[in-house]
Amino acid sequence: MGERIGKVMAQVAMVMNLDKCIGCHTCSVTCKQAWTNRSGVEYVWFNNVETRPGQGYPRRYEDQERWEGGWRRTARGRLKPRAGGRLKKLMTIFANPKLPALQDYYEPWTYDYENLITAPLGDDVPVARPRSLITGEPMNISWSANWDDDLGGGEELASQDPIVQRLGDQVKFSFEETFMFYLPRICEHCLNPSCVASCPSGAMYKRSEDGIVLVDQDKCRGWRMCVTGCPYKKVYFNHKTGKAEKCTFCYPRIEVGQPTVCSETCVGRLRYLGVILYDVERVGEAAAVEDEQDLYEAQLGVFLDPNDPEVQAAARRDGIPDRWIESAKRSPIHILAKEFRVALPLHPEYRTMPMVWYIPPLSPVVDTLTSTGHDGEDAGNLFGAIEALRIPIEYLAELFTAGDPAPVDRTLRRLAAMRSYMRRINLGQEADESIAEAVGMTGDEIERMYRLLALAKYDERYVIPTAYGVDEADKGVIEEIGCSLDFEGGPGMGGMGGSAPFGEASGQPSPAAVENFHALRHRQTSDGRADPPKRFNLLNWDGNGRPAGMFPSRRRTEDETGERS
Amino acid sequence: MNPTPLDYLLWGALPYVVIAVLAGGTVWRYRYDRFGWTTRSSQLYESRLLRIASPVFHFGILVVVVGHAIGLLIPASWTSATGMSEGAYHIMALSLGLIAGVATLGGIALLIWRRRTTGPVFSATTRNDKTMYLVLTAAIVSGLAVTLLSAYTGLTGGHEVDYRQTVSVWFRSIWVLQPDVAAMAAATTGFKIHVLVGLGLFTLFPFTRLVHAFSAPIGYLFRPYVVYRSREPRPSPVTRPIRRGWG
Repeated sequence: MGERIGKVMAQVAMVMNLDKCIGCHTCSVTCKQAWTNRSGVEYVWFNNVETRPGQGYPRRYEDQERWEGGWRRTARGRLKPRAGGRLKKLMTIFANPKLPALQDYYEPWTYDYENLITAPLGDDVPVARPRSLITGEPMNISWSANWDDDLGGGEELASQDPIVQRLGDQVKFSFEETFMFYLPRICEHCLNPSCVASCPSGAMYKRSEDGIVLVDQDKCRGWRMCVTGCPYKKVYFNHKTGKAEKCTFCYPRIEVGQPTVCSETCVGRLRYLGVILYDVERVGEAAAVEDEQDLYEAQLGVFLDPNDPEVQAAARRDGIPDRWIESAKRSPIHILAKEFRVALPLHPEYRTMPMVWYIPPLSPVVDTLTSTGHDGEDAGNLFGAIEALRIPIEYLAELFTAGDPAPVDRTLRRLAAMRSYMRRINLGQEADESIAEAVGMTGDEIERMYRLLALAKYDERYVIPTAYGVDEADKGVIEEIGCSLDFEGGPGMGGMGGSAPFGEASGQPSPAAVENFHALRHRQTSDGRADPPKRFNLLNWDGNGRPAGMFPSRRRTEDETGERS
Repeated sequence: MNPTPLDYLLWGALPYVVIAVLAGGTVWRYRYDRFGWTTRSSQLYESRLLRIASPVFHFGILVVVVGHAIGLLIPASWTSATGMSEGAYHIMALSLGLIAGVATLGGIALLIWRRRTTGPVFSATTRNDKTMYLVLTAAIVSGLAVTLLSAYTGLTGGHEVDYRQTVSVWFRSIWVLQPDVAAMAAATTGFKIHVLVGLGLFTLFPFTRLVHAFSAPIGYLFRPYVVYRSREPRPSPVTRPIRRGWG
């Protein structure tokens, strides 16, 4: 690498292998339970799984003509938030013109369960009617976070997919001709986050140690510009607290080396987590390349090779500890995105440099081949089919490469080659090096890719170093870090009591206990060493007499004289 | 007319109480309830009416604030020194004040109507909000009323008690710790009511959602787009308040 390496930063990034996603929504449900099972964020799914083609959540979020998320390249080659620069943001601060309404997500509801047991005896079976969680009134359910799941609603709904509309009539929805796959989405934790850029308060920030994008709940003032700024619509407005909330990348887990909840619980084992080293000084330039289709390559150019001694030296220079560099070397993200080049970014044309990448699914192609009676795992057949089945590829290209089919084509060919190559081995045949060569790989590489993608061992999928900068020595020992939510009165300390940072429970005062009161008074008023009289444990009381310490002392002077003697 | 004891209480003592509550309350709120410091926007529930009413109200009240600052802080002698006649000043101030005042009143009327009639917005309205709306509207209405009244007096050629000789003098005297009670006592009843309601509003300010005005994000204009921040080892008790002080 001849170029000077600018400031090196580390980012914990994710790759999802879409071929293995079965659309079970386990990630969504566990994420919901962990982070958004509170009032005010009933409608919020930090993680959601969309069926594509489909409208997504919130509805048609990819239509940036309407929502104006992400960045726009100006005529002078500079980047500006698409919804407007700083001045325009401040002028529209009193009513954000581009904020999705609750109906664009969906109106959350519950059921009138009480009616099931309180309904008077009658001929009709009592029912639990849906009630809006917003108004409390009975409502008709007409939309939800995954209403068009599994192409539910068929052509009527799927034809509203902004990508389908761009591709025109080519995408068919008749049962025989259609294709579909699942797209799990979380916050992209972008290298060039437009939500952060849109926040007037400066409450949103990218953590310099691990690149996780967070909202400072104490600094957020509820101006709502981040919701508009994010083109993926992954920042949400808590309508109870009036603050923005978003996917935290489960940072308390990542800090201690554990995978995020969505990754940990993924049934298909399709998520990968690892460290990417990147040159932060090149991000702005890479995000502003003129041709949208060059953005994918530009972002790859920002990533640094952790095996390069120069990069290692630069990383050390910029305060990244060795164990993070070691971790970056083994990072499945680096291997899949940069080495094998099978992972692609979601919507690079938004120019935010997203850091959750996807391996596009080969399944639509294999399924079509198999259903027409061909051998769906033969290399020749697969290569031919990838070429012939333009529609899925063009659709995938609109998602992952700003419409350039070449990278998608190369990825699918590599996945196809892996299938055929490994089938020969599994059938006891000789390994066919020509299959690997046809896609620019070696047999060894294919086997390594197979191990990572198909076997997907836990410790190879998740290579997460523990947080650094915790103490002077940076021991990186899990016990010394603890959970980031374990602060005084935090949710880690016995639920949402006290001053939980989020949600409706955040404001409740903790009740004053009589023993605390007396202990405090004793400490403040006694001259000697603060050693409050022992309290008697009532659970051990046999009911006889009046043991010492059962009641607080009535006369302070007694205590004091007692202590002095 | 000599000031009565009540005048001393209202125009000599009360302003300092209000200043103490406003300053102390704001510091206290910032220290103990940064999490509750927000606009509490209801745009997610309803945005059609809000998109008209909120900018009209907010831009209106910004002009009103600037107008108050000019009227209260700049002595009459300064403007006449620039060659501006008293009449011209008042025509300008009244017309601008009238436009801004009507916009503010129209905006808040629409906002209150929206708040009352839109189910989700109404159910998100606290008692605190209702009190605040009442006092805020009273301040706007009384202010607009005295503006109209003095415009009417001016047009009919009646004797006008100029607020720049009474209220403004008194207002400036507060800050040099020598409240000119007599000046304020000489003002008309309309102005006295408006000032009292205004003092009430300032008292409420730190304890309501109005605090969001104090965090107007002017700094946004001067900061780089992307913000990087280091991981805090552990939130300190100062940045993470224990609880908000009221239920």
